[in-house]
Amino acid sequence: MDLVTPSIGLIFWSSIAFFILFFVLTKFAWKPITKTLKEREDSIDEALKSAETARLQLESLKTDNQRLLNEARAERDKLLKEANEIKDQILAKAKSDAKNEGDKMITAAKEAIEMEKVNAMNQLKTQVANLSVDLAEKILRNKMEDRSQQEVFVNESLKNITLN
Amino acid sequence: MTHLNNLKSINYTIKTALLTIVFSIVSVISFANQPVTSEHTDSAAATVENEHATATHAEGSHEENHGEEKFDANKTIMEHIADAHDWHLFGHTSIHLPVIIYTDKGLETFSSGKFNHGHDAFKGNYTYKLVHEKIKVVNEAGEIDEEASKKVLDFSITKNVATLFIAVIGLLLIFLTVAKGYSKRGIGAPKGLQSWIEPIIIFVRDDIAKPNLGDKYQKFMPYLLTVFFFIWFINVIGLIPFFPGGANVTGNIAVTLVLAVITFLITNFNGNKNYWGHIFTPHVPLWLYPLMIPVEIIGIFTKPFALMIRLFANITAGHILVLSLVCLAFIFKSYAVGAVATPLIVFISAIELLVAFIQAFIFTILSALFIGMAVQEPEHGEEAHH
Repeated sequence: MDLVTPSIGLIFWSSIAFFILFFVLTKFAWKPITKTLKEREDSIDEALKSAETARLQLESLKTDNQRLLNEARAERDKLLKEANEIKDQILAKAKSDAKNEGDKMITAAKEAIEMEKVNAMNQLKTQVANLSVDLAEKILRNKMEDRSQQEVFVNESLKNITLN
Repeated sequence: MTHLNNLKSINYTIKTALLTIVFSIVSVISFANQPVTSEHTDSAAATVENEHATATHAEGSHEENHGEEKFDANKTIMEHIADAHDWHLFGHTSIHLPVIIYTDKGLETFSSGKFNHGHDAFKGNYTYKLVHEKIKVVNEAGEIDEEASKKVLDFSITKNVATLFIAVIGLLLIFLTVAKGYSKRGIGAPKGLQSWIEPIIIFVRDDIAKPNLGDKYQKFMPYLLTVFFFIWFINVIGLIPFFPGGANVTGNIAVTLVLAVITFLITNFNGNKNYWGHIFTPHVPLWLYPLMIPVEIIGIFTKPFALMIRLFANITAGHILVLSLVCLAFIFKSYAVGAVATPLIVFISAIELLVAFIQAFIFTILSALFIGMAVQEPEHGEEAHH
């Protein structure tokens, strides 16, 4: 029966021992320890979360970059295409302009030439006429000194003149 | 860096100083006991001779037992698992722990060496004698006065009390060192003793407190941690067969009573409306109330009572088992039996080491469970049922 009869002394001392242990450890060990453990867990949680956020951000950044790159490429392609088109247009226009201008100039030149030609012709005609008159005058002066010859010449000339 | 080294060296010096103090106290005590023990052997021999003389006078047949006392395993085991006023170290050397008694004539303190292992009486306010480790008042004729003995309140620093103090000091040293690690390293990675203790603290928190107490676990963490490490530490040092271990503290009903009462008080002082509602207005038909309410009220007390008995019985049983195996060799007076029993003792001790942890765990988890039942909020379905 001694075994299951609690003794007053041991109840007293074990209560004191337990309470001392309880209060000292609560104040100086359990509170700081559990607090620090919680803080550490929170900080790990936070670190993991921020890592996840950073990963997501990086991913979105990457897709953004990709998108930007694609856009830039498309833009570049478009620009190039446009530039090509413009170049072609300009070239074509320049060509046609040049051709028109050339044509115009050629036409103008042709006209000028024609005009000049006509002028020259006319002048030549006048010149030739004058010369012929002069020549004829001279010849006539020489030839007409002789009556017979005058007659020959007139006859001759008359023969040559064709009436049409 | 140098600052850290300084701290370390200071720390080391303090620890060495502490160890030196402890060892010197122990050695002083044992040296101081040397003359006492020689005296004791002398007087013990004298007593034996006296007894022998009276025995031979009375009956001649008693002579055969002289010199070779019959080994009583039951008595030996019971002595070992019970509390004691002397702390036996080895051979005839023991520490005489102080006796503190309170009687109607006031407080008295003296060394338990005065009892001379129960052989002598000590004369203080009354004349005291140690009978089966209980302090009894004796009259002039040397007979036990039971009436007067009832008035003696024994607050002695017994072997169990001394072990409790050692455990408190040991636990304080361990956990204050660990706490210092936390204040030094903050939320950084744990180191040394800290990293050894931390998983256990987290185990208590995540596997004992949180599942049973839910959101309110933080309030009860200090108690659960204290009770867990207290029981575990004492269980383990109880398994050490030599000083400063070997005391059957958690296998003493007084200690488990105190622990169970604390759990009981915490449970009932924190009991909410829901808890008391379950006891006084259980969800049964009204005509069952006369039966259910007494059952519920008894239930309040049986839970801590079971805690008390479980821890006491498990640890005492473990000690008895190991001691019985040790006694085998002495019962058979054979080295061969001893050789067979030793591996068994090692095996059982290993199991007891496991039991030491399991019992601490069970006490703590059941405390958490009881407290959890007292503080839990009613479920929504139940509320609608009212």
